[in-house]
Amino acid sequence: MNMQTTIAGVTFQNPVMTASGTFGSGMEYAEFVDLNRLGAVVTKGVANVPWTGNPTPRVAEVYGGMLNAIGLQNPGIDVFMERDIPFLKQYDTKVIVNVCGKTVEDYVEVVERLGDEPAVAMLEINVSCPNVKEGAIAFGQRADALFGITEEIKKHAKQPVIMKLSPNVTDITEMAKAAEAAGADALSLINTITGMKIDIHRRKFAIANKTGGMSGPAIKPIAVRMVYQTAQAVQIPIIGMGGIATAEDAIEFLLAGASAVSIGAMNFVNPYTTIEVIDGIEAYLKQYGIENVTDLIGAVEA
Amino acid sequence: MKEKQTAKVLSQREIAPQIYDMWIETSLAAQAKPGQFICVYPKDRSTLLPRPISICEVRDREALRIVYRVAGQGTKEFSAYEEGETIDILGTLGNGFPTEWAQGKKVFLMGGGIGVPPILELAKTLAGKANDIQIIVGYRDSATFLRDDFEKYGTVYIATEDGSVGTKGNVMDAITANSLEADVIYACGPMPMLRAIKKYAERVQIPAYISLEEHMACGVGACLGCVVKTKELDHHSHVYNARICTDGPVFEAKEVEI
Ligand SMILES: Cc1cc2nc3c(=O)[nH]c(=O)nc-3n(C[C@H](O)[C@H](O)[C@H](O)COP(=O)(O)OP(=O)(O)OC[C@H]3O[C@@H](n4cnc5c(N)ncnc54)[C@H](O)[C@@H]3O)c2cc1C
Ligand SMILES: Cc1cc2nc3c(=O)[nH]c(=O)nc-3n(C[C@H](O)[C@H](O)[C@H](O)COP(=O)(O)O)c2cc1C
Ligand code: FES
Repeated sequence: MNMQTTIAGVTFQNPVMTASGTFGSGMEYAEFVDLNRLGAVVTKGVANVPWTGNPTPRVAEVYGGMLNAIGLQNPGIDVFMERDIPFLKQYDTKVIVNVCGKTVEDYVEVVERLGDEPAVAMLEINVSCPNVKEGAIAFGQRADALFGITEEIKKHAKQPVIMKLSPNVTDITEMAKAAEAAGADALSLINTITGMKIDIHRRKFAIANKTGGMSGPAIKPIAVRMVYQTAQAVQIPIIGMGGIATAEDAIEFLLAGASAVSIGAMNFVNPYTTIEVIDGIEAYLKQYGIENVTDLIGAVEA
Repeated sequence: MKEKQTAKVLSQREIAPQIYDMWIETSLAAQAKPGQFICVYPKDRSTLLPRPISICEVRDREALRIVYRVAGQGTKEFSAYEEGETIDILGTLGNGFPTEWAQGKKVFLMGGGIGVPPILELAKTLAGKANDIQIIVGYRDSATFLRDDFEKYGTVYIATEDGSVGTKGNVMDAITANSLEADVIYACGPMPMLRAIKKYAERVQIPAYISLEEHMACGVGACLGCVVKTKELDHHSHVYNARICTDGPVFEAKEVEI
């Protein structure tokens, strides 16, 4: 039985990764999970300079999921290179660094700094950040802006580039095609879906930022649908995520066309989720006598 | 070592209207310190996030006591658990109260409302170490839960909002009414109370260690959901935002902007 999966020339020991922002750089969960067993650790978004993030409350519970508006608090690339990279190097897992920025130049700066770091296997570009030069519309919400930033990042990146798509668009395939046309090596989806919650007793927004990104099991059907549509529209590999809680959920994403999956909010609910999903996928392969996990990719039948 | 466990409910009873007192059998008790908390997970899958609840008391390294108010869906579910049923918990979390500063000192242990419970294990730990334990606890009304437990470990001063027991008003009013003094303060309670304590401690120039609350998602320092503004650069993100779940919940009052 073979659990390996390959994305843009990078081979992962299994298809289970952590979703950016839900696992830090692995330090906080190393107490619960043997990081050596993960397909990859995808880090919290890192910018060129430290970001303070949003006021609190930053998180709220919603039916079957949660909203978050952390505001991408991060220590910036300097601290990240000094502290987080050496920490992750101790482990036998692949490292994917998630990158955020307010301008294309911000992203490029981080991408260049990471270029000489062999421990970084891939870059994941979070285009759900507001583009401060373009009226704060997220880069990932307009096909032309997404094309532009992807093309620019590809010029400077030494590692393969994953563009992380926002689901807050009318047609996800239009975005996927723009990223592919601009040279993206892979796609990951979905990022959180913008939501809102109002506390009716206090007549206040549950999140200080008013809106927050929704994640967790409640968004899974939307994510599976978007992964499927995207897989139909592009040739490049996809990392699927959105509400994965169990191996069954993960397998749905693989069948829909994902080459790997990420576990996000469910780490908060059960810190052992990643390992349980890996074990569960193995058990599924055994149960059905499937040789390679890659045989599942896009294997849903019409 | 932090761990998520399915533990056993040893007992549960309602000790005041909507206030529940639960003992849980868990190996986490062996590492529990006063001021630390556990995350309790509802079994109802529509309510996914953990509910942070303070450790109220520790028994024989094998049981933890929590005392909580029914505030919403999660705590409502917990309140229905009976002896022998299971409860999903993660712990032990947070730093706890720095008890070393109380050695030989006159201390105020202050609790307000549902911030009262963690003060009990603290009082128990400081008994015999601190020189003079003054427990000042504030309640809405005459439902002065945990009062009998407190009597065992120090002198208890009560404040009630409706004036039915002790000083009418809040814990600060109880300090004034009884002309109390201390070398160090430990406190947990609602934000207005903590702000008043911070001010008071600055005025009389004594350290105050306060336990803060914020909405949490991970409880272990990974999501950055539960931050508080700090005076000094925080060691995680270097942006003057400490994580209440891991760097706290207890902070020296002068370190945080509340
Ligand atoms: C460190 C810490 C220690 C605490 N200790 C105690 C204690 O010993 N006894 C006690 O009764 N309460 C305590 N609380 C408050 C307790 O966590 C909330 O009352 C509880 O989470 C409410 O959950 P619910 O499902 O009943 O309410 P809901 O309103 O349905 O909860 C919805 C969501 O909001 C969160 N939430 C709601 N109120 C709070 C709050 N005040 N603080 C943090 N998150 C909140 C919940 O965790 C949940 O994710 C503590 C909070 C913190 C941060
Ligand atoms: C608290 C939190 C923080 C997140 N931070 C980031 C981030 O920094 N960068 C990013 O690209 N996505 C971030 N995400 C989105 C997740 O990586 C993921 O795409 C999304 O949550 C859907 O997966 P899930 O339902 O399994 O959580 C964050 C999500 C959460 C819940
Ligand atoms: S609750 Fe996630 S960092 Fe504190």
